[in-house]
Amino acid sequence: MNRFERQLILPGFGTEGQEKLRNSSVAVIGAGGLGSPILLYLAAAGVGKITVVDGDEVSLSNLNRQVIFGEMDLGKKKAEAVVDYFRSKYSDIEWTVISDFISTENAKEILSPHHLIIDGSDNFPTRYLVNDACVLLKKPLVFGAIYQHEGQVSVFNLNRNSCQYRDLFPDMPSAAEIPNCSETGVLGVLPGIIGNLMALEAIKVLSRLGEVLDNRVLYFNSLTSETYDLQISPSFKARAAAPADWDSLQAINYELACEGIETLDWDDAFRRAGHGTMLVDVRELEEEPPLVCSALTKIPMSVLPQQLEKLEDAESIFFFCQTGIRSQKAALLIKSHFPDKATYSIKGGISALKTNSRSNG
Amino acid sequence: MDELITVRFFGMVAEKLGKQELVLENPGNSDRLLEHLNENYPDLKEIKFSLAVNKKLCTEPSIIPIGAEVAILPPFSGG
Repeated sequence: MNRFERQLILPGFGTEGQEKLRNSSVAVIGAGGLGSPILLYLAAAGVGKITVVDGDEVSLSNLNRQVIFGEMDLGKKKAEAVVDYFRSKYSDIEWTVISDFISTENAKEILSPHHLIIDGSDNFPTRYLVNDACVLLKKPLVFGAIYQHEGQVSVFNLNRNSCQYRDLFPDMPSAAEIPNCSETGVLGVLPGIIGNLMALEAIKVLSRLGEVLDNRVLYFNSLTSETYDLQISPSFKARAAAPADWDSLQAINYELACEGIETLDWDDAFRRAGHGTMLVDVRELEEEPPLVCSALTKIPMSVLPQQLEKLEDAESIFFFCQTGIRSQKAALLIKSHFPDKATYSIKGGISALKTNSRSNG
Repeated sequence: MDELITVRFFGMVAEKLGKQELVLENPGNSDRLLEHLNENYPDLKEIKFSLAVNKKLCTEPSIIPIGAEVAILPPFSGG
């Protein structure tokens, strides 16, 4: 008897399927709401080698959906906490911890060794980067994403005739096209369901079981319990939008950007701050963590259009928010009202200042 | 009734428009449908989305057959 007994006796899976899982190596990008169920079920099923990629730390607001973590994990690096948890559970999996966010610099090195990549990240830049890297590496990619009560799942790059993410959306949305990037609410069950569908697709790809969601995108709405099964096909537009080689990939700025808005990092912002400068937090008042800073003005994005007079005296204005998207919109708005003022958006928002404050994952 | 089509909204499009679904007279093709939606729902202009007819993604302007179900699909990024 071994721990896989009940899948070894499963018709269509059996010892062959198990052997394929055992000899597989998988990279999971993001150990958050989607990553938790993905990792739980891949590990339970006996995938031989699992790499966990997440530069984030566990915070209290993660716990309603990131079910691998508990109160004792607060402040720990997620990738490390995941592997600690599983090492005490199973002895037969080879784990690799990467406590870093995937980037144009490290993507090739991180993704190359694996048979399959699973994207459980929480932002467009990462999703486009992982897609583009998988296209270049010709690696199958299990994709899943959520928005409030809805989720979607697909498998990209399964073979030469398969779609990639850019077949669905050729270009990354700009910051201006994301109407509300403040942390949206979510019931933990939804990423649980979508993450489980992703784990299922991963196991099907690795063990060649059943029909995978190749050239299909499955949508699930948790309020209506309805599904929507979309057919997609490879398009010239997608191929043209994706980088053709690693040099082109590295030249892409995957950050969400509004045209015409200058961004700077916190170091630059502090260096340039002086007389006539205003540092403005455009997050809503309840958003955490607060920035403790004597020269700070708080004008939430929701009331900024009505409170423009507060900015009248400033010569230059540095906006920041949680991740650097709303602050670009704020800068755009101010530029249209006060074209003479120097307006900047701080890159990465408060999350870039203090990495353990990120809780959207 | 054959002249009507159903338009289903997903994700933040449904949220912005405050509805999941719309039944309207068939404008004939996807370009005219988009024109109609943009006129009646200016909020749509701010959102990136793809369009599907009868559960097939359209990569170029497409004919909308009678009785079709059209879906307006914005990208999701959460996880």
